Order: sequence, then C-alpha cells, then structure tokens
Amino acid sequence: MIDKICPSAAAALADVADGATVMIGGFGTAGLPDELTQALLDQGARELTVVNNNAGNGDSGLAALLAAGRVRKIICSFPRQVDSHHFDRLYRAGQIELELVPQGNLAERIRAAGAGIGGFFTPTGYGTELARGKETREIAGRMYVLESPIHADFALIKAERGDRWGNLSYRMTARNFGPVMAMAARTTVATVHEVVELGALDPECVVTPGLFVQRVVCIERAPTRGAGF
Amino acid sequence: MADYKRWTREQMAQRVARDIPDGAVVNLGIGLPTLVANHLPADREVMLHSENGIIGMGPAPAAGAEDYDLINAGKQPVTLRPGGCFFHHADSFAMMRGGHLDICVLGAFQVSAGGDLANWHTGAPDAIPAVGGAMDLAIGAKRTLVMMEHCTKSGESKIVPRCSYPLTALGCVSRVYTDLAVLDITSAGVQVVDLCEGLSAAALQALSAVPLLFPENRP
Repeated sequence: MIDKICPSAAAALADVADGATVMIGGFGTAGLPDELTQALLDQGARELTVVNNNAGNGDSGLAALLAAGRVRKIICSFPRQVDSHHFDRLYRAGQIELELVPQGNLAERIRAAGAGIGGFFTPTGYGTELARGKETREIAGRMYVLESPIHADFALIKAERGDRWGNLSYRMTARNFGPVMAMAARTTVATVHEVVELGALDPECVVTPGLFVQRVVCIERAPTRGAGF
Repeated sequence: MADYKRWTREQMAQRVARDIPDGAVVNLGIGLPTLVANHLPADREVMLHSENGIIGMGPAPAAGAEDYDLINAGKQPVTLRPGGCFFHHADSFAMMRGGHLDICVLGAFQVSAGGDLANWHTGAPDAIPAVGGAMDLAIGAKRTLVMMEHCTKSGESKIVPRCSYPLTALGCVSRVYTDLAVLDITSAGVQVVDLCEGLSAAALQALSAVPLLFPENRP
C-alpha cells in the first residue's frame, strides 16, 4: 500500500540535513507553504541553499529562516521588495550569497532538473550581466546562453487537494512554481487543504502526478494574506 | 521653451491602448504599463497574460472580494475573466520565450537608438538587484513596447545612443511611448510617429540624445 500522507509538517521535514538545497514554492504569498517553512525553522537545519522566486516577506516564513541565519545562499529572481528587510540587511552585510536568475530561466532550470535535461540554450539574458561568463551559441541566427538545471534535496510546496498517492491540484495563481519544483527535488513535501480518497480527484484535472510527490501534509485552510508590495 | 502640453500618464496609457489590436495576447509590466488595461477599447477583446500563471486576467476585484491566491505580477489581487485559465511558471515563461505573446509593454530607465532596453537595475553600488521576469518578457513577445518619461527628473534624455544602466536585453524594443512623443525604433533610426500638442520637431530633438527622423509633413 502506498500512503504518502504525513501526520505533521515536522514529521515531513525531520530528515532535512545541514547544507541541503531546499526549493520553496510561491510567488508573492500565493503558494507559499507557510507551515513547512515554519517547520523547517523549528527543525534547525543550517547552511541551507534556498530556491524561491523572492527572498522573503515581512518577518515570517522564508524571512524568518533568513533572520535566524539559517540560509547560506539564495537562488531567486526578485529579492528586493518593500518588506524584504531581513534579506536586504544580510545582503548588504555580505552575510548571504545571492544567485540572481531571470524568472523564466529560474522556472526552466528547475523544470530541466526534473526532466533530466543537462542544460539548455535560452535567449533570455543574452548580452546582459546575468549571462556573464556563460557559454553562448548562435543558433539559426539568434544568440543563446547555456543554462544549467537546478536540482534540490527538498521541495516544499503548497497545493489545494491531494490523495495518498501524492496526486495534487492547486488553487489559482498559488500553482506558480509548485509543479516544476515537485519534479526537481529528491523529496517533495506538499501541503494540501484537503486529502481525498484515491479516485476522487478528476484524473483530467490532476496537475502534479503523484510520482513527483513523496510526502503530503494536510493543513487547515487559512486565507492567504497579502504581502510584498 | 515653446508652449506644449506633455501627455499625462493616463493619456500615455490611452495612446498605447489605441495600438493594441483586437484579439491580441498582451502582457502589461508593473507600474505605468498596468494603466493600459484601463483604456482598452470595449469593442476589442484582448487576452491579458500575467507571468505568475494567468491568461485572461481581469480587473481588480471589488473591495472586500480580494483573494491573495489570485494576484498579478505586482502581487495585487485581480480577477479571472470567463475563458481565462491558470498554468505553472515554466509554461508561463514558455509562452513568452516561445513567442506566443503578441505584445508586451514595459517600463524603462533607458532605451537605446538600437532598441536595447535597460529597465531592471540602476547599477548603484547599494542597490539590491532584482530582475523578475523583465529579461524574459523583453526578448519573448513579438513586439516589445516601452512606456517611460522622455527625460529623467534632472532633465536627461532617456532615449540614448547607448544604455549606461545594466541591460535587460539587446535590440528588443520596437516602439517607445513617452510623455512627449511616440517613437519607432527602426533600422534607419529613431522615427517620430506622434508628438504631443504644441511641441515642435526642433524642441523634441533638443530633449532627445539621439538624432530623430521626422515625417516630412511635420513642422
């Protein structure tokens, strides 16, 4: 019998090791797995490399991990926000490494990792400082930059409904990076607001097939708060 | 200085909206470009794309109906129009990179005569760099339009021979809408398409750091 349902966020993250690369879903606060980032904070792993579109909002979630000095490096596209004060302070003090990646390259590098692609040529960023030092190639008259996949030990994502095989559906723009991060990590932990019986999710509407998901944690629904502006 | 009336932000948005044809798939950048949505003529159906996974994005919800699981690229609550749908980030950026968007409208710090765009970073030593989807958008859409003030607050032209700010993309801009003029980036040079009421060709040229081409019937 396959049963990926985990009793708690803490149980789902018990084996995150120091130095792990952890992808965290979310764009703005939509799709941010708050309960999982809180559990990661409580769990204590250090020297983390975090992959997220942003670099934390306010004082909770990813921002709290940063504030606690648990993140060595962040790979993201848009760290600077009105309420990214914890990242701003660490960055200006030279206490965190930043790998800034154009958002589409970030998504595609994550997808490539999950799809077994060793690298890909993209026109995005060609001729800019974010492509400095990278291999370039002219293909059919257009210039491209070689980008590498981003693999992770863990992906922490937020979905809407799931079952014990790990099949997931999402809610509106909370989907964002969830499906590709689920593909790219060795262990994907998804929170859902509802666990349903096998077969209850419309198979035509499963967005992330269960084989990409290792652990599912059911979390009571709370309205997504706004932030980042 | 001659007596002329620069376009307001709303008039600039209106001018851009006029050029968006029925049926277009459009991404509006954060800031000034977002205003364009308010001016799309009612008789034209346009599909608005948002980088965080929406096609068919609608206007802001009524007060009290905000749902922060349904937001735009600027993290503001929006709505979904009938026919609209959601998708993940890799698909969203495949839509850009793959050339499936007809038009994107972006803000800018500088645009060069060759259509290079600088809009993500001032390069100031204490500035925290943040690029988001700007580089993907700039190279992806079939037409990249820019909306910006013609000059900086200190009066320097933002149309420049070469961008001094860090580049977003090379040769990607096809048209620039400023508060003074509409300019096409062409292989022959920067072509004036339109200019605000009362502004002479000579006055516009004096405010621009690159040579401008004027239609012959302009004063």
